[in-house]
Amino acid sequence: MTMSSHDDDRDGVSRRKVLECMTWAGTGVLWTVAGGVPTSLGIMAEAAAQTSGMTFLQISDSHVGFDKPANPNVLSTLEEAIAKVKALKTRPAFMLHTGDITHLSKDKEFDDAQRIISQAGLDTHYVPGEHDIIDEQQGQKYKDRYGKNAKGAGWYSFDQNGVHFIGLVNVVNLKAGGLGNLGAEQLAWLEDDLKGKSASTPIVVFAHIPLWVVYETWGWGTEDGGQALALLKRFGSVTVLNGHIHQVMQKVEGNVAFHTARSTAFPQPAPGAAPSPGPMKVPDDKLRSVLGIADITYKVGTERLAIIDQPLQG
Amino acid sequence: MKLPGLLRGAFAAALLLALASALPAAARAAELEVKIDNFTFAPQRITVKAGTTVTWTNEDDIPHTVTSTSAGAFRSKALDTDDKFSFTFTTPGTFEYFCSLHPHMTGSVVVEAATGAATP
Repeated sequence: MTMSSHDDDRDGVSRRKVLECMTWAGTGVLWTVAGGVPTSLGIMAEAAAQTSGMTFLQISDSHVGFDKPANPNVLSTLEEAIAKVKALKTRPAFMLHTGDITHLSKDKEFDDAQRIISQAGLDTHYVPGEHDIIDEQQGQKYKDRYGKNAKGAGWYSFDQNGVHFIGLVNVVNLKAGGLGNLGAEQLAWLEDDLKGKSASTPIVVFAHIPLWVVYETWGWGTEDGGQALALLKRFGSVTVLNGHIHQVMQKVEGNVAFHTARSTAFPQPAPGAAPSPGPMKVPDDKLRSVLGIADITYKVGTERLAIIDQPLQG
Repeated sequence: MKLPGLLRGAFAAALLLALASALPAAARAAELEVKIDNFTFAPQRITVKAGTTVTWTNEDDIPHTVTSTSAGAFRSKALDTDDKFSFTFTTPGTFEYFCSLHPHMTGSVVVEAATGAATP
């Protein structure tokens, strides 16, 4: 029996509590979400045994152009991340990049990122981070490269193996004192996009800034993220994939599993652990243990999504 | 030779003072620095006389902007590490601003009418 056959309002509310879990530096944490009930299956060895569905990859925050002490060579670590993607036993169907492709939205940065990421040989679906829209025309370069078939500032959806993927943009038209922002136009589009979709359709939403409020003091959240989640409430399996905070965090609430990916460029501190969310310098031999990619598997017929975070090293 | 030196200094200072007060207030190019550090504007709130040029310097490893909350008043480009942005405030009023990339970063500039300015 799947969640889709429930009236998930009553049932869902009784289970509505934060079940698990905030992992800031875990390696190889595996989650499956079956019928809205999250189950921790263990670590990567078990995950490998499970892999018989569609697998896709999430990479994030490559910050090409960054050259400060936290990582003076972000091209190398991006190359290592792509090498890891190429070495996967199960070839992923495609890749998601959840933003901050570049550090300063410069042509050369976009070119370098493209040159390396394309070596994976996978279709890659992007959403912009705030660092990708700081050219003079505030996002025109990003749209010219990645947003040709997208709406507004670059939002869109597509279907793969029965899963509906939705790429959202929450880094434009930010308001003073606020958080990430989707805006009325995008929310109206989302409502329309979900219309007519069966509640049993697995949904994957990806955006740069976390859709839920991770840490308001540092602006780690989305002002109107709750409105987007309300539109997704009737679906039995929702997975939200974000970047921006350069560390792994996971939370499961009701039928929604939230997950943030590591950066391929530099780590950021845990919420409140430093005076600011700026790049965190770790010892050189530790850097690759806090950078990485996320490997996500959807098993057709079981409505399960398993997320495995893989550090570049360790 | 100490005394004449001191006298010379005092004379120079008096001369400068006299020159300065002879100039109209607006022509005395006042300047103020605001640092962007650890994702904050410091000082966060400043009070200046009309005609003051405020210069922001980004000392973070992450780009920031200086963006007025009232559209079009002023907006810097993205400031990389050590980049600066200057704006001269000529109109009295309170000008709120923020970083359009990290909107939890906010600041304000209170501009007071330049006192002692001769009316034309």
